[in-house]
Amino acid sequence: MKAFTYEKPASPAEAASAAARMPDAKFIAGGTNLLDLMKLQIETPAHLVDVNGLGLDTIAATQEGGLRIGALVRNTDLAADARVRTDYGVLSRALVSGASGQLRNKATTAGNLLQRTRCPYFYDTAQPCNKRQPGSGCAAIGGVSRQLGVIGTSEACIATYPGDMAVAMRVLDATVETVDAEGAARKIPVAEFHRLPGDTPQIETALKPGELITAVTLPKPVGGTQVYRKVRDRASYAFALVSVAAIVQRDGSARVAFGGMAPRPWRVEAAEAELAKGAKPAAERIFAGAKPTHDNAFKLKLAERTLDAVLTEARG
Amino acid sequence: MKFDTPAAQNPIDRLTVIGKATDRIDGPYKTTGTAPYAYDWHDPALKPAYGFVLGAGIAKGRIRSMDLSAAKAAPGVIAVVTAESAGQLGKGQYNTAPLLGGPEIAHYHQAVALVVAEGFEQARAAAALIKVDYDAAKGTFDLAAAKDSAKPAKIMKDPGDTAVGDFEAAYAKAPVRVEETYTTPDEAHAMMEPHASIASWEGDKVTLWTSNQMIDWSVGDVAKTLGMPKDKVRLISPFIGGGFGGKLFIRSDVILAALGAKAAGRPVKVALTRPLMFNNTVHRPATIQRIRIGANKDGTITAIGHESWSGNLPGGRPEAAVSQTRLLYAGANRMTATRLATLDLPEGNAMRAPGEAPGLMALEIAMDEVAERLGMDPVQLRMLNDTQVDPEKPDRPFSKRELIACLREGGERFSWSKRVATPGQVRDGRWRVGMGVAAAFRNNQLMTSGARIRLGPDGTVTVETDMTDIGTGTYTIIGQTAAEMMGVPLDKVTVRLGDSSFPVSSGSGGQWGANSSTSGVYAACMKLREAVVQKLGLPAADAVFADGEVRSGGKSVKLAQAASAGEIVVEDAIEFEGLAKKYQQSTFGAHFVEVGVDAATAEIRVRRMLAVCAAGRILNPKSARSQVIGAMTMGVGAALMEELAVDKTRGFFVNHDLAGYEVPVHADIPHQEVVFLDEVDPISSPMKAKGVGELGICGVGAAIANAVYNATGIRVRDYPITLDKLLERMPDAA
Repeated sequence: MKAFTYEKPASPAEAASAAARMPDAKFIAGGTNLLDLMKLQIETPAHLVDVNGLGLDTIAATQEGGLRIGALVRNTDLAADARVRTDYGVLSRALVSGASGQLRNKATTAGNLLQRTRCPYFYDTAQPCNKRQPGSGCAAIGGVSRQLGVIGTSEACIATYPGDMAVAMRVLDATVETVDAEGAARKIPVAEFHRLPGDTPQIETALKPGELITAVTLPKPVGGTQVYRKVRDRASYAFALVSVAAIVQRDGSARVAFGGMAPRPWRVEAAEAELAKGAKPAAERIFAGAKPTHDNAFKLKLAERTLDAVLTEARG
Repeated sequence: MKFDTPAAQNPIDRLTVIGKATDRIDGPYKTTGTAPYAYDWHDPALKPAYGFVLGAGIAKGRIRSMDLSAAKAAPGVIAVVTAESAGQLGKGQYNTAPLLGGPEIAHYHQAVALVVAEGFEQARAAAALIKVDYDAAKGTFDLAAAKDSAKPAKIMKDPGDTAVGDFEAAYAKAPVRVEETYTTPDEAHAMMEPHASIASWEGDKVTLWTSNQMIDWSVGDVAKTLGMPKDKVRLISPFIGGGFGGKLFIRSDVILAALGAKAAGRPVKVALTRPLMFNNTVHRPATIQRIRIGANKDGTITAIGHESWSGNLPGGRPEAAVSQTRLLYAGANRMTATRLATLDLPEGNAMRAPGEAPGLMALEIAMDEVAERLGMDPVQLRMLNDTQVDPEKPDRPFSKRELIACLREGGERFSWSKRVATPGQVRDGRWRVGMGVAAAFRNNQLMTSGARIRLGPDGTVTVETDMTDIGTGTYTIIGQTAAEMMGVPLDKVTVRLGDSSFPVSSGSGGQWGANSSTSGVYAACMKLREAVVQKLGLPAADAVFADGEVRSGGKSVKLAQAASAGEIVVEDAIEFEGLAKKYQQSTFGAHFVEVGVDAATAEIRVRRMLAVCAAGRILNPKSARSQVIGAMTMGVGAALMEELAVDKTRGFFVNHDLAGYEVPVHADIPHQEVVFLDEVDPISSPMKAKGVGELGICGVGAAIANAVYNATGIRVRDYPITLDKLLERMPDAA
């Protein structure tokens, strides 16, 4: 861990301004991912801006009939919120499928959106990794890649976004709210929040330097049967090989997003009409153009079978 | 005391303390955080500095140069140790690669430097500033590709190859044959406590608080590596947070702590970080195993052959995966072969039940395949081919062998008769359900073991031995043994372990620890009993030690009185001679497992497990049960998820942390049941006990594999059995 300076501002705008002012600054909230990465010298911020004193820890109804989730609402609290459990079941289920009870108690809504990949080569500073050290190459391509991405990847990076919460937010059409160093607020649809790697895999989100997430808003409840199915080698405390977030309506229409497949939660709205015909035609469309490796080609079959199971379950 | 004839009736047979389910006497220390593990040795007088190990960033090659200037100038840094600054180092008898690399690099994450600083964070930050310029060389990292270059290798002192009768002819003639190849991956010990040491020099003497299973071996290897006399090295290791074989021998933490403390001129503490452990230390080597079994139509095995290939660094040992096949089943014509390839991966070495654990993972699937081909129940097939003598040397009977009883008892308790033999028939909601069985087998190894016993004037008994408790419950069974022998309650016994200033014991490994070390305590107690009756002037012949008294010749005297003029101290060791040659001594069991396989995703989850064990007298049923449960759990890991993923070009284990190397979590472990058959084995030792800590892992993996087959009809012969290996062949979910 590199030595760093630290401050704890009092307002979101001050926090954004502090982070923009200091080079190599990072926000810290729960620290469940950042501290590990700092200990391993993968993240080497010179300055930490502690956002834990900013409030931003409530869940409130919006005028549009949705929910506004403060950036610092802990995963445990979000999953347990009665409104979330009733109206956004897919989100609650995604949250409790992630990490462990202890980690969920610390982890925040904004931090969870920003968690970084679990590609093993990203985690080993002796290995080349374009995400960790731009231009150094990608050891995962041609290396061990069973966990890694099959679609949306690039010649520079085949890492996946590892989270569960964001997959559910993607299917719920959530919006990320931010404030920047000048105090200006903006709204980013979650669909546009995570970027594909292209030739700059080190840039993972649409956030500008210093821009701070203040909340995530969920639109008015859409009802339906909401399922989150996470497939993994052990029963708990493991990242998804494949996960499916689904909202299935009585009329058979549905929306689905996938985790574990791509550098961001993977949803193809244009393919969702196919869901009425079944998992196979839908999966073919959703994953058209996939470029799996030898190690992870099974994920395509797995995603299709898991989707099929989810649709069957939801349609009773 | 020499043990060369079967044990007669002795004081242990009273079973007033031994054989009773007993709480760990060290439990309160562990649950209150007052048991000092190596890195927790908080003696304020020590004022230790902190060492951080830098591992090599290449798998093979040379260091061209190292730039230490930034690290040395970093805040808090006291010293930097490298091979260059450390001077000539020896290599331990039990180490394959040097513990401090440079300029030659033998494997990935081999230690190349230790940074010593005032604080841990400072040492870690400075280590990241070291610039190493490597000249990487091409290495061999793929066992399958190197298989054909593998050479015959011995299994310790035993031959690597054996042959009895005419295997090839008998196999060719057999009406029912199975020939299959099975693979097991490299596995990590992944124990909770990392390797850790604190070193403190006083003149030319070094004291090392460490985490180690075999104190005397390790004192010798520290001395050899540092080029100093053995009597100048003291090792202290009273509490060990798991070892599983990964702490049988010294690792880089001990040597670098000693070198760091010398360079810094003050005590230094060093722990290996979790990401370093997987490639810096040792692992269970991967195997490729070919098994051929020929049988008559009635199920009698006529030919059994097992060949195993593994790899290791030059000078390393093979994984002895064929061992159990020499002893487990009858069959007039048999062969085994052991081949070893040179690989440039980190060092392969012993992990819980080396040999039998991966060997049975293969053999016991093969038996399931034979049973299926015969149309015979797999329990029945194993019973039919039981042998009461060493099949390679029929004049050597087993001392005790209750495999049939284990299978029968287990079958009844598990309702094995309800198993549907045709695979893929049973469904429970989204789960395809199947049952599997496998035999468990592990040899009973015996080691010389010494102890010192003190009888205090207050009637308390203190045991001192360099034996270790690696979480197994050794403290308690040693205390129980002394209490039984001296006729005092357990709370009057103090047990002191893991210090090289105590008599040399068996240490903990190969499931020899419980039986050997308590036998050493038995020997010392017999000597103390003699000293006591002599002191009290009582006739020795009929002396009974009970209730804190010695009764003999119609008299009854307080035990404490013998020490009223001063503590009585005796020392003795058990030495096993002769019986192991005349008798084959092994432990047996049967594993029964039920699994569910998700009909859509092929996720495999264990539903229930039963182990029935016949392993001599069970000294403490409570801790023995914990040992078997832990081993069964480890077997679930080996069957379903554990695999060190090899990068075959870069030459290292990629998943080097506990997020990437998955072991079972609580949610993976369902109802587990352990049954011990009532067995005493007077040929094994005066305790009439055997080992049990490794038996529990032996066979579990195959029982799970066989259950997966029974559930799905898909035979996976490459461990771990992950869903991707089933998916292509899974029937439609509906």
